[in-house]
Amino acid sequence: MAFKTIDLNMGPQHPSTHGVLRLRLAVDNELVLRVEPVLGYLHRGMEKLWESQTYVQAVPLTDRLDYLASLSNNLAYILAVEKLMGLEVPKRAQYIRVILAELQRLASHLAWLGFMANDIGAMSVLLYGFEAREGVLDVFEAYSGGRLTVHGMRIGGVPFDLDERVIGLVRRALDEIPRKVADIEGLLSQNRIWLHRTEGIGVLSAADAVAYGVTGPALRASGVAWDIRRDVPYSSYGDFDFAVPVFGHGDVYDRYLVRVEEIRQSLRIAGQALENLPPGDFRARVPRVLKIPPGEIFHSIEAPKGELGFYIRSDGSDKPERVKMRSPSFLNLQALELMCKENLFSDVVGILGSLDVVLGEVDK
Amino acid sequence: MLDDLKDAPALKRVEESLRRRFGAALLAASFEKGELQFEAARETLSGVLEFLKTGLGFESLTDMIGLDLVASRPEGAGRFAVLYQLYKFPEALRVRLRVAVDDGEALPSVTPLFRAADWMEREVFDMFGIRFEGHPGLTRIYLPDEFEGFPLRKDFPLEGRERGL
Repeated sequence: MAFKTIDLNMGPQHPSTHGVLRLRLAVDNELVLRVEPVLGYLHRGMEKLWESQTYVQAVPLTDRLDYLASLSNNLAYILAVEKLMGLEVPKRAQYIRVILAELQRLASHLAWLGFMANDIGAMSVLLYGFEAREGVLDVFEAYSGGRLTVHGMRIGGVPFDLDERVIGLVRRALDEIPRKVADIEGLLSQNRIWLHRTEGIGVLSAADAVAYGVTGPALRASGVAWDIRRDVPYSSYGDFDFAVPVFGHGDVYDRYLVRVEEIRQSLRIAGQALENLPPGDFRARVPRVLKIPPGEIFHSIEAPKGELGFYIRSDGSDKPERVKMRSPSFLNLQALELMCKENLFSDVVGILGSLDVVLGEVDK
Repeated sequence: MLDDLKDAPALKRVEESLRRRFGAALLAASFEKGELQFEAARETLSGVLEFLKTGLGFESLTDMIGLDLVASRPEGAGRFAVLYQLYKFPEALRVRLRVAVDDGEALPSVTPLFRAADWMEREVFDMFGIRFEGHPGLTRIYLPDEFEGFPLRKDFPLEGRERGL
């Protein structure tokens, strides 16, 4: 009996699509022929909304883009605004931002570890990953009151200084996470089923990764040593000693290895920033009504998902004329079709998971 | 100010190569806040991008940005502009290419040059209604196909329309 090529619809309500992503697939028995992501189910018109908000009012909007890494979004947008203003931020504020941004990377990668393992069927890892992430969320809660949409940065610096209680929580998180990550690695790294589901699956070559605009851990897993924190340092990242993990197979397993290694590097960076926290102000003086002279800039940072950039164009008023967000998940997702082709249908979920897309920033 | 380029020798060389190659076809160049931007006409857009990619090593199209300049454009200038943000990896160099386009005009698609441009061009089309000739499947990317109007145009109402979608 012969089977025809069939079209399958996955999502937008599907547990493994992490939100509201819809995939249109064409399969030949178990083999994937085509994958077409259908976007827009979470489109909120962020960029239009932005034009009606003042520069300061718009900061909480960024929390809702990549909602698993709100502080990274805060930082990218605020650095862009500060670059447009030509504002110098006190050193202490820069270090606090680094601590918060690296903790946010830890939270994002730990959540990813849990989701990813859950997608592949290792359900207990989800609980371990989230338990480890909890320590980071406790820091955010003590610092700003928010756990998910943290809103923990301001134009000119950060909203609060780090007090003893927050510093204690940061230390506790940095102490506990290595042991918890080692537990997760023990469950996965040599696990036969895990290896079988990830090694050689969803391969993306270095050339394709660059051509498709893939950035972040997915790019480094394909063998391209590119990390904006190291290569175009911002917010004092040049002061810290850290490695940029690069692996060469470009498969799901290497994307897992990159993120696990990045967790260790983030712990190092946050630890160094905390030990060498410079004295001084945590916020520069910024006028209450912020009007920025006409101009345009593009600025990007290394967010947990990849290169997160903002283009801002000012017309001289207190509201931007145009804000364009360069979202890493949007472009990483574009490479999904290439990675899924000629793979098994059952691996689509694993490949999608390994890209770590968040629909909040894909759909804007 | 373009004079400040002397402090950025790598970008200065990019500017000189482009000038030598395209001469007056490069309409304008500016260097502000450390960012180098060129302006090209629609007809030379593909040629300039190809030279930047294959001749000068700007392999990565980082982003494509649509602008509606209806309020701020000078008399006689095109209503829209599209910016191409390019990246050269090891040296961490960025340049931006700007091209003006008027209502109803189309731009050549750069998908044959940059695979990443596929969704970027669909997004600009979805939000501004600028068409890209030669795109393999230029449909709306976020909004439903039957949606009327282009939301990021300045004359599109912020709070929706009476007849809904």
